[in-house]
Amino acid sequence: MSALTFTLKYSPDQRVDMSPLVCQRLQELALADIAALTLQSGKRKLRVDELFTIDGSDTQNIVIKNSADKLDFIGKDLEEGNIYVVGDAGAYLGFGMKSGEIKVSGNAGFYAACEMKNGYLEVSGNAGDFLGAALPGNKMGMKGGIILIKGNAGERAGDHMRRGNILIEGNAGDYCGSRMSAGTIAVMGQTGRYLGYAMRRGTLLLWNQPQLSASFNDCGPHTLAFLPILFASFRSLNSRFADASVAFNRVRRYAGDMSEMGRGEVLVRL
Amino acid sequence: MPYTKRQQSDYKLKKLNLHTILNTRKNINSEHNNMIINGVTIDATFAEAFPMKATRAIITAQNEKWAMISAQAMTGFATSVIACGCEGGIERLLEPSETPDGRPGVAIMIFAMGGKGLAKQLETRAGQCVLTSPTSALFAGIDGGIRIPLGKNLRYFGDGFQIAKVISGKRYWRIPVMDGEFLAEATTGQADAIGGGNFLVLAESQSQALAACEAAIEEMRKIPNVIMPFPGGVVRSGSKVGSKYKALNASTNDAFCPTLKGMTKTDLSPEIESVMEIVIDGLTKEDIAKAMRAGIQAVCDLGADNGVKRISAGNYGGKLGPFHFHLQEIMA
Repeated sequence: MSALTFTLKYSPDQRVDMSPLVCQRLQELALADIAALTLQSGKRKLRVDELFTIDGSDTQNIVIKNSADKLDFIGKDLEEGNIYVVGDAGAYLGFGMKSGEIKVSGNAGFYAACEMKNGYLEVSGNAGDFLGAALPGNKMGMKGGIILIKGNAGERAGDHMRRGNILIEGNAGDYCGSRMSAGTIAVMGQTGRYLGYAMRRGTLLLWNQPQLSASFNDCGPHTLAFLPILFASFRSLNSRFADASVAFNRVRRYAGDMSEMGRGEVLVRL
Repeated sequence: MPYTKRQQSDYKLKKLNLHTILNTRKNINSEHNNMIINGVTIDATFAEAFPMKATRAIITAQNEKWAMISAQAMTGFATSVIACGCEGGIERLLEPSETPDGRPGVAIMIFAMGGKGLAKQLETRAGQCVLTSPTSALFAGIDGGIRIPLGKNLRYFGDGFQIAKVISGKRYWRIPVMDGEFLAEATTGQADAIGGGNFLVLAESQSQALAACEAAIEEMRKIPNVIMPFPGGVVRSGSKVGSKYKALNASTNDAFCPTLKGMTKTDLSPEIESVMEIVIDGLTKEDIAKAMRAGIQAVCDLGADNGVKRISAGNYGGKLGPFHFHLQEIMA
């Protein structure tokens, strides 16, 4: 059984809500029924076959080809199954996903993995602002799972994050880990200003010395036993994080944000 | 003429001696039907064992020395559930490649009569013996069953500074301590297990009995999923059920005490001067049988030439424990 493949026929003028095209919602449907589903695009409703040519039948493995950054909500509330996006993904990629796997070969827009609950999301390019964050007004962002960004992440990565791992091979923008409740964000590249702004708990694991605000206190150099276990959990990833040579257990620990609860930490490789 | 009390007493003693001698003869005669390996008689009897609950934990440290110190502390005073609350022991040393944090480690096992008792013992021992031990970390060593706390409640020692990390679906607690951080997995699993597998080594002298037991323990320690909870794996004070003293429900196994050969219903032939026992707790019946076989084989390899005469086992007539390990079947 070959993967159910949606190939975008043209770049849509308006943004398209792709939330109906997730594995669990297509499971029981015939190809004709899938083609007849409608997707909200601006003020219009478009039939799936109006936008995409459809091939294959395996609803547990969905491929979106020629994807463009106007396709929003890809993999929304995904439960089991795999979605592979060839090209860019729009905003809210993997919104609230519960399990399964989403991979994007290009870039992802704003709010990727917003309020993600579990599963695995990989973006080969860059991710926009509010990666793994909470919706505006909501208090809990990502609650579990792994996000891997091979490029750079925008601002406010992990805003209100509650649990899980965000792994960024490139750089992270300003306010990385802002208002975090818990979880781990690892950044191999550079981080922007206001790192860990108002974070309550959680870990920011950095390969490079950041520009820290005055509300982070130096706790000195340490060898931490949990780091080898954390790095070992990345071994199966298709990522630089899986490389044993990038792992370390010797860090300088900064505690903060002292203007908030102050139980968070920034760990910088020594 | 009526007998005086002294005469009555002497008569009873003579009767007992006669009974003992007859009984001993009977035992010796019955030995002719027994299995003999390298001159060592394997009694046609069985060890009787009981259902228990077991768990395994992995203790790691900066080096093997400190992992072992911590493990020994945690499994100290854990020889018998009768007074220790649990039975515990070191299962084996672990290579750094076998441990979750890549440091040298030791796998320990704790056995108790029930899940609640097991959880209590595990937590108390982890708190007093591993948390306190320099450079140590503590991990689950078994999956399945109802999860029982390992570091879950020890985290409160962190006084609010503790940090939880969920890695690959497992929750770890990082507890700040004076030497750095104590890392402990939140919970470990438990399994239905068996306790009380045993065999007795009957030898011509104390030193020969001990040497045989040491050889047995060395081989048995190579078997996974079992522990020998007594000091060095060997117990010299085997017990029987009941006592002449009402307060005690167990007392010395006089039938196997060599100094009582002439004054009790002994199970020893005249040449036996020392008896030692090896008790085995294991996860499954197969594990215990495997360990018993390895141990008995090691004893038999020394053979009669080294003073080992008989292998026997402790049981309660088969009425109390549902697991019976027949020595001859094991060695067949």
